[in-house]
Amino acid sequence: MTGTPPQPHPSHLVVVGGGMVAARLVEALRARDTAGTWRISVFAEESRRPYDRVALTSYFTARDPDELALGDPALWEDPLVEFHSRCAITAIDRGARNVTDRLGRVHAYDQLVLATGSSAAMPPIPGNDTPGVFVYRTIDDVAALRGWVEKIRRPEAWEGDWERPVRGAVIGGGLLGLEAAGALKALGAHATVLQQGTHLMNAQLDLGGGEALGRLIRAMGIAVRCNASTRAVRPSRRTGNVGHLDLGGAGRLDADVVVVATGITPRDELARAAGLPVGERGGVVVDETCRTPDEHVWAIGEVACVNGRCVGLVAPGYAMAEVVADRLLGGEATFPGADTATKLKLQGVDVASFGDAHAETPGSVELVHSDPLAGVYKKLVVSDDARTLLGGVFVGDASLYPALRPLLGTELAGDPGLLLAPAGAADAPDLELPDDATVCSCNNVTAGTIRGAVTEQGCTDLAGVKACTRAGTSCGSCLPLVKKLTTTELERAGVAVSNALCEHFDLSRAQLFDVVRVAGLTTFSEIIARFGLVPEGAADAGRGCDICRPTIASVLASLHGGHVLEGEQAALQDTNDHALANLQKDGTYSVVPRIPGGEITPEGLLVIGQVAKDFGLYTKITGGQRIDMFGARLEQLPHIWRRLVDAGFESGHAYGKSLRTVKSCVGSTWCRFGVQDSVGMAIELELRYRGLRSPHKIKLGVSGCARECAEARSKDVGVIATDKGWNVYVGGNGGFTPRHATLLAEDLDDATLLRTIDRFLMYYIRTAERLQRTAAWVEEYEGGLEAIRAVVLEDSLGIGADLDAAMDRHVAGYADEWRGVLEDPQKLRWFNSFVNSPTTADPELAHVSERGQLRPATAAEHSRAVEATRAAGGAVPAGPVLIAGTQLEVRR
Amino acid sequence: MTLLTANTTTDTWQGVCQLQDLLPERGAAAIVDGVQVALFRLADGTVRAVQQRDPFSGANVISRGIVGSRAGRPTVTSPMYKQVFDLVDGTCLDDGGRSPVAGQAADLATWPVSVRDGAVGIALTPGPVRG
Repeated sequence: MTGTPPQPHPSHLVVVGGGMVAARLVEALRARDTAGTWRISVFAEESRRPYDRVALTSYFTARDPDELALGDPALWEDPLVEFHSRCAITAIDRGARNVTDRLGRVHAYDQLVLATGSSAAMPPIPGNDTPGVFVYRTIDDVAALRGWVEKIRRPEAWEGDWERPVRGAVIGGGLLGLEAAGALKALGAHATVLQQGTHLMNAQLDLGGGEALGRLIRAMGIAVRCNASTRAVRPSRRTGNVGHLDLGGAGRLDADVVVVATGITPRDELARAAGLPVGERGGVVVDETCRTPDEHVWAIGEVACVNGRCVGLVAPGYAMAEVVADRLLGGEATFPGADTATKLKLQGVDVASFGDAHAETPGSVELVHSDPLAGVYKKLVVSDDARTLLGGVFVGDASLYPALRPLLGTELAGDPGLLLAPAGAADAPDLELPDDATVCSCNNVTAGTIRGAVTEQGCTDLAGVKACTRAGTSCGSCLPLVKKLTTTELERAGVAVSNALCEHFDLSRAQLFDVVRVAGLTTFSEIIARFGLVPEGAADAGRGCDICRPTIASVLASLHGGHVLEGEQAALQDTNDHALANLQKDGTYSVVPRIPGGEITPEGLLVIGQVAKDFGLYTKITGGQRIDMFGARLEQLPHIWRRLVDAGFESGHAYGKSLRTVKSCVGSTWCRFGVQDSVGMAIELELRYRGLRSPHKIKLGVSGCARECAEARSKDVGVIATDKGWNVYVGGNGGFTPRHATLLAEDLDDATLLRTIDRFLMYYIRTAERLQRTAAWVEEYEGGLEAIRAVVLEDSLGIGADLDAAMDRHVAGYADEWRGVLEDPQKLRWFNSFVNSPTTADPELAHVSERGQLRPATAAEHSRAVEATRAAGGAVPAGPVLIAGTQLEVRR
Repeated sequence: MTLLTANTTTDTWQGVCQLQDLLPERGAAAIVDGVQVALFRLADGTVRAVQQRDPFSGANVISRGIVGSRAGRPTVTSPMYKQVFDLVDGTCLDDGGRSPVAGQAADLATWPVSVRDGAVGIALTPGPVRG
């Protein structure tokens, strides 16, 4: 965080609890305490650093707990911050001002913050300790639930009854219960939600909204039973595990797994034992500064009871953390009260409510638009004069939520009824947010702050505004609004958002792609003559540069195919495409033949081994399941490839902004667990997309089952086998900014899978910016993945046939680039070492033997060898030399 | 590197290759008296010669860079770390935030080139000149 050296004797802040709110407190305090007046010790019960509990459901598909990690990892490396995991505090001694941890160690504090959160409430239902009953609160809960479902789904558990699916029941129809039901369904289990009240989410939604939600949830294949109260959990007589639920007069429900999600209980036991006052329904009582009656003890988050109630939402907890951070530094901040707005993240269902959703304000008026057929319910609650917005409920279409929620308590400019009209999106009055309207409630950022980031802080894009204000950095639901505010403000300031490629073109790559396609141009000279920027005083636009030339080479290759070293196009190619090999630090190249899907015959391995041996090449296995041969000189490349092509190998395009590899696991052919032939699919995909030029490199992966051994979700396109077909994920990558791919479509058959990937890739190629990988493209695409999904799966732009035809042309037009070079003397000419001495090797290359192979000599090794030769009175040898080690002979 | 005035253009002319051996806007390496030279045939038909060694990596690769222009001056971009050099006088126009390797100046040495009867020659001796 800050680089300020710590004060000699900083005060000690002890934070009990290591959840999201505790993390926010540490972050806020370290960001503001530039003088280093506080050192902070955080004591967490769980074994992990703070993670995003709100996104817990995504762990079912993500499966990587690290993906949920919160904030900047550097925070925990700060010398003023100590994070004690698996180190619950067991007692507080307020008199002595210290706490005792579970290991019996005593830690003194100057100030103490309780951020212990809450635990999942377990109602006193008989049998609630039967194996197979779970709560839904932590990563460990989720992992245990998943483990259970996967265990009982295994055929041996059913004594040969292969068809029987896992039946899940969720007790509780609130926010958490619906998340849990979605999670069960994601695990392939049936899910039935049991709700004691009259409708789902009765805390947030009115009856109409709850019923609309029930219809949508049922349409997703989740059963819903309202007015159902669970009397007891009954075990199966055969297994002793959960067998069914006794619903009293409402009958029974068979279940193999039960998730209890009836609510949460504040973890106030430490405070109780320490004699601090607690609320009627639990929670540590604090004032509006979040302080308890003990001036050295504070409470924040779900455990804090403000105005007689605890709130189980993260945004108010964050606000409390900010208040305490401010107070610890002598500030005057107060907690303004909880914003209980909610937005349900259950996939495919939009639900949001805010403010006085139940219209409890005296005299308030409800405006309702309900369309049961379309599955949409929208309600606004306004004051009796129909002018002030008091609250709202949205089910099935929450598009108004981000714009309206910040207007809570303000006067609406126009007729609020118009906002609810079915075609609202297009005709809705343009809502101009007041500066004090909260846009990002997670981080408490107002519209004014976002505008200020542009007008005063000089931010010029969404990323800058995010970094500057932290808006949209937690749950991200406000990002469209933040983007809109940013763009509006930039336009107002007259800042042209430049997307010029380079000094030669005032167009982005995507625009360039379109103009070249529409104008039907086929050469760089035509393109720069027609669309290039002519500098002041110059006669023409010049000859391009290392930015625009390779970009245009890629666009031309995507549009017209043909050999990349054909005619004028050869002079446009970037470093590696120029030589159809990868340039290494000493000026030699590495060579990677294509090994589709990573499948290679023993004969193939022998050929690669023999070629490497004959040309003295260093060999290494790549991350993409193929073999890289290093140290090939420019003039050796055609000879090496002659051997490889004769043996049936072709270019692996390791050098290109193009398809690299399709990594696969061995799949159902050999693997005991595989459910589909992942190798076969990987080979089909690799042969389909080989040679496809794109804005950046593209990698694919195919896994034969959900164990995901091919790490497909770290690829631009990841395919994972299911019992029914294939799930396809998009937008993953490793590298500098690792990203996990996101689910695009489920259970596709082979043909649909190919068409889906065809369209995704071709649309990416047409519209992405230069060097923009699919992850960034998806993120920055207007409307995000949802909009791309609409284009790819629903053909929302009507360009599906066009994209399909473009991919068909690519597949039909593919030819091996190296074969093309070997068959054309004109192309071979460039692979001479010297124009006046075509086979002379670069005399300055030198190698050293290491671990039985050659590597380039370092500069120091090189000069030592030259000096030694001179000192011995000898001439420095011409040609590549081996200057150390004796095992290997260097071939010329 | 010795800096000499360019008064040695014709009398030390040394043939290297035929103009048709050079592909437009693609470089070619040549070795002349043991010195490695990068030759570039530009779109306007002129030929330029600069040192083949890339000052920022020490590798002999400049001939494999992309030819282009900056503000009307012909340029080559090193294929290694993408520094941009003026092909007329060898000046490094953009060092990309890197420093040359030990013993190398950032700018490229250049040699005068002339084409006689379709043959490309450079004045190599007595030493490289600038501009």
